[in-house]
Amino acid sequence: MATDIIIHDKKDNVGVVVIEKITPKQDCKCWIMEDDSSTDIQSMDEIPLGHKIAMTDLKEGDTILKYGHDIGKVVKSIKKGEHVHVHNVKTKKW
Amino acid sequence: MEIPKSFLGYKRENGRAGTRNHVIILPVDDISNACAEAVSNNIKGTIALPHSYGRLQFGADLELHFRTMIGTGSNPNVAAVIVIGIEPKWTKRIVDGIAKTGKPVEGFHIERTGDIGTVMKASKKAQEFVMWASEKQREECPISDLWISVKCGESDTTSGLASNPTVGNLMDKLEPLGVHLCFGETSELTGAEKVCATRGATKEASDKFMKTWSAYNDFILKEATDDLSESQPTAGNIAGGLTTIEEKAFGNFQKIGDCKFIDVLEPAEEPKKGKGLYFMDTSSAAAECVTLQAAAGFNIHLFPTGQGNIVGNPIEPVVKLTANPLTVKSMGEHIDCDVSKILSREMNLSEAGDKLIETTLRVANGRLTCAEALGHKEFVMTKLYRSA
Repeated sequence: MATDIIIHDKKDNVGVVVIEKITPKQDCKCWIMEDDSSTDIQSMDEIPLGHKIAMTDLKEGDTILKYGHDIGKVVKSIKKGEHVHVHNVKTKKW
Repeated sequence: MEIPKSFLGYKRENGRAGTRNHVIILPVDDISNACAEAVSNNIKGTIALPHSYGRLQFGADLELHFRTMIGTGSNPNVAAVIVIGIEPKWTKRIVDGIAKTGKPVEGFHIERTGDIGTVMKASKKAQEFVMWASEKQREECPISDLWISVKCGESDTTSGLASNPTVGNLMDKLEPLGVHLCFGETSELTGAEKVCATRGATKEASDKFMKTWSAYNDFILKEATDDLSESQPTAGNIAGGLTTIEEKAFGNFQKIGDCKFIDVLEPAEEPKKGKGLYFMDTSSAAAECVTLQAAAGFNIHLFPTGQGNIVGNPIEPVVKLTANPLTVKSMGEHIDCDVSKILSREMNLSEAGDKLIETTLRVANGRLTCAEALGHKEFVMTKLYRSA
């Protein structure tokens, strides 16, 4: 039942850390809300509560999907398990 | 959970019901604040609502000022009102607007009398009003007398995961019972605007929403110097893990559950199409948004927060909820409803929605919110442009 990462939608390529933090090389349990399924991922970075982890390799120009929707573009390539935030993702608006 | 069908409220002359029984001293303009505050200091149990504007405004901005003033005085959480302004004409316009509700209201202007004489006259009337209001009793009111507004603040990813969907769950359960509901934050729907537009109950409502959002977005694009990276998302949002405005918007949007909005309101405009969900065109700044919703007649507010926004309102109780366990631990005195167990999967969304309904009804029945106990009375007028 305990989960380290929650993913909103099956289509999403990022998950949200819901414990105080995850550490590099940690094997994390992920829960996908949409269909109540589970998956696993090994983290590459230390990622604090509320921050996002890449569920797949992402290259520059790729779209980040969360809630099953477009929430921005990758501006620096990201490996599966790495921290996803303002250093590698930007808005497509404004 | 079986949802209670009633709450204990104050029945008003116009048929509405209040969750509070305030007697307010309302300054028409900035220079009348001192006088209003002196009256509230003299007469215990009254509250003054000082603010920064009300002089030399014009056009749509002046109309919004009057709508906010009259709406605030007309809110059913207010039993009676003293209005104090520098000049008689605008003071009377606000008194006449509030008087349409049938509640006791009296205006005083300072010109040709001065502060001291005005304070004396207004204090005598305020004493009469507050002693009259103190005899009002709470009575059983149908739950449909609740007008619930919502706005989130200091959001983080826990808002979109849990506290905003908790509000959405409450909306899904209370909407069929005939309550009025309102969400706003035009700029914070950016990125989710097209999805939000599909939630209009009619094509007319959807079109009106897109027109409103586009106008706000055009204004932001015109005024923005570089981008909005210092404002949207805020530093607090980013610390909490939110990366882009789109991500914030989809989180924000979880607050309305599966409900559809029946109309789009101007800032501080009273809903006129009966029960159901309304969208109001507002800023996403917490105090400005809540002030506008209170002026539209909403009598209880739900405020999900991630990193810990502390806002309150002088007349509309603001119920705060969070799903962030660190916020509960470090700022517990600001949190009325803790739903952080959603993240550890010890609580599901429906249980969280029930818990929030229970908290909301306790507050509607009279329990003080954290913000009320801590003295938060943020009353912030929205200003559309410079005064003449």
